[in-house]
Amino acid sequence: MKNNYWRSNLKILSILLSIWFIVSFGFGIILSDFLDQFQIGGFKLGFWFAQQGSIYFFVLLTFIYIFLMNKLDQKYKDNNEEDH
Amino acid sequence: MDTQILTYIFVGVSFALYIGIAIWSRASSTNEFYIAGKGVHPIANGMATAADWMSAASFISMAGLIAFLGKDGSVYLMGWTGGYVLLALLLAPYLRKFGQYTVPDFIGTRYYSNAARLVAVVCLIFVSFTYVAGQMRGVGIVFSRFLEVDINLGVIIGMCIVFFYAVLGGMKGITYTQVAQYCVLIFAYLVPAIFISILMTGNPIPQLGFGDTLLNSDIYLLDKLDKVTTELGFNAYTENTKSNIDIFCITAALMFGTAGLPHVIVRFFTVPKVSDARKSAGYALIFIAILYSTAPAVSAFARMNFIDSVQEVQYKEAPNWFKNWENIGLIAWTDKNDDEIIQYSSGNALEGVKPIFNNGRGASGQRLLNNKPDSTNSNEIYIDKDIMVLANPEIAQLPGWVIALVAAGALAAALSTAAGLLLVISTSVSHDLLKKTFMPQITEKQELFYARCSAAAAILIAGLFGIYPPGFVAQVVAFAFGLAAATIFPALLMGIFYKRLNKEGAIAGMLSGLIITSAYIINFKFINAHLNSADNWFLGISPEGFGFIGMIVNFVIALIVSNFFSKPPNNIYSMVDKIRQP
Repeated sequence: MKNNYWRSNLKILSILLSIWFIVSFGFGIILSDFLDQFQIGGFKLGFWFAQQGSIYFFVLLTFIYIFLMNKLDQKYKDNNEEDH
Repeated sequence: MDTQILTYIFVGVSFALYIGIAIWSRASSTNEFYIAGKGVHPIANGMATAADWMSAASFISMAGLIAFLGKDGSVYLMGWTGGYVLLALLLAPYLRKFGQYTVPDFIGTRYYSNAARLVAVVCLIFVSFTYVAGQMRGVGIVFSRFLEVDINLGVIIGMCIVFFYAVLGGMKGITYTQVAQYCVLIFAYLVPAIFISILMTGNPIPQLGFGDTLLNSDIYLLDKLDKVTTELGFNAYTENTKSNIDIFCITAALMFGTAGLPHVIVRFFTVPKVSDARKSAGYALIFIAILYSTAPAVSAFARMNFIDSVQEVQYKEAPNWFKNWENIGLIAWTDKNDDEIIQYSSGNALEGVKPIFNNGRGASGQRLLNNKPDSTNSNEIYIDKDIMVLANPEIAQLPGWVIALVAAGALAAALSTAAGLLLVISTSVSHDLLKKTFMPQITEKQELFYARCSAAAAILIAGLFGIYPPGFVAQVVAFAFGLAAATIFPALLMGIFYKRLNKEGAIAGMLSGLIITSAYIINFKFINAHLNSADNWFLGISPEGFGFIGMIVNFVIALIVSNFFSKPPNNIYSMVDKIRQP
């Protein structure tokens, strides 16, 4: 049971951190010059990810994490109560 | 009313507010002491954490740096916010679960060793000192401009105020003061940004405004900026000049360093529940993101306005802000072609880069310089990047009260962070270094005495760095992050996620990270400063980004060394197991 909790935790972390890596190091740096050929409004897309988009994604990821972990905590707590 | 008087009023009122809240919440805290469990709401804690976190570097320097770096400046935006995600996901909840008070406490206990604690303290003091130094320079710039004194005198005045504020007042720890500081600083940052965005693009939201078209035209602001900057011989504003690998490493060093910054981590030790630690980190990131998403807009506006208001202008007709900052010594003009008109383009205006003023005045009334003009280019302006945010409202000709508000906000940012850092430095010297390691017999009173001495020493050394800065504020701070990334972050991360790591591995890792990173930085910034260029760097990685390499070295050495020594004792395994459970 305990191990399940930790394993689900690691799964959540690895998914969220992959997105974290893609939006910042991926879109904001490595692929940035490539994305610059697309434009939204006055922003080149790569430039937008580097200076705006990555920040919005960071906030979003943190709140998804809070939501998922609260749900996981709840599930673990409920299961524990059934055991007793 | 005169801007000067307004500034005194705004700074005075905001200080009165902080002190008032401190007194008020102290009175009610005895009450709270008896009603257990009535903790601080996560939103309030989030604001306080954001105020702790956003320093003079974020408030004063960052937008100015980005204004001149263009897209290269993104490293600061992504680095300082992205690191927060790591902190929220990988460290904060577990350190809260662990339930001790300081970072060296965690490292000392997890690696069952006073030596590990000692290494952590040394790293932590290193990091905090570098970071405080950046703050003092920022405070100095604010004071010198608004009291109209020389920059060095400004740093000294700032030192005195921070000293009284942090060492004698002990206001840190009172969460609501920092909530007030957050409100002042974010308001002060947003108001001029919104004003300028409306003036330039007609869009009241700066985040959208800098991607919008200029007022009464269908040209996008960023396109215009690209055009103007290339015409003056700079790189296009929205294109990188640094190599991708360097940008990657600098961003990474800033991110992992953020997650290892002791004065931010400490905040999560004190929230009531683990779920609250997560929530606080989430709210803090929102409050930080408000400033960080506005900053690049401020940068683009500032660069555009700066060029518009000085390029090809007669010095005699130059705006007041230009002459004010020249009087302080952070702007200089050298009339290379003797036409009495200001010409701005790429390249250094002066030989030796930084201006050395003498007391004379030139034909147009400009301050004369001892430096020879740099004859390899036609640029006539020296400008200190740190002044852009402070000067921005003046450049855009906003009303006096907005300028005064920005001064109050900048001081709030610098003071809240400096106070937080000084507290970390003084507790780590008195508590972790003396009480727990070298002099366990000292009394509580002596401990407090040593705490104050070390805070005073920290301010003095920081002030010296502020007067003789090795770089701009944000760059000085960047070094602190490199060191934090190479030392503290790996020790904390492996402490939680890798049970097998023993004390030998952890100590070897931290030491090698510290030594290799500081050696690289000191070599290129102090000893062989003339070699500090991409050709000589290791894999093309600048000193600012080397913390990332230091971190990898730390991980590798720790894992290898760990395997040669015995496993950690069983109680450490069960301790880590406990931290991992909800």
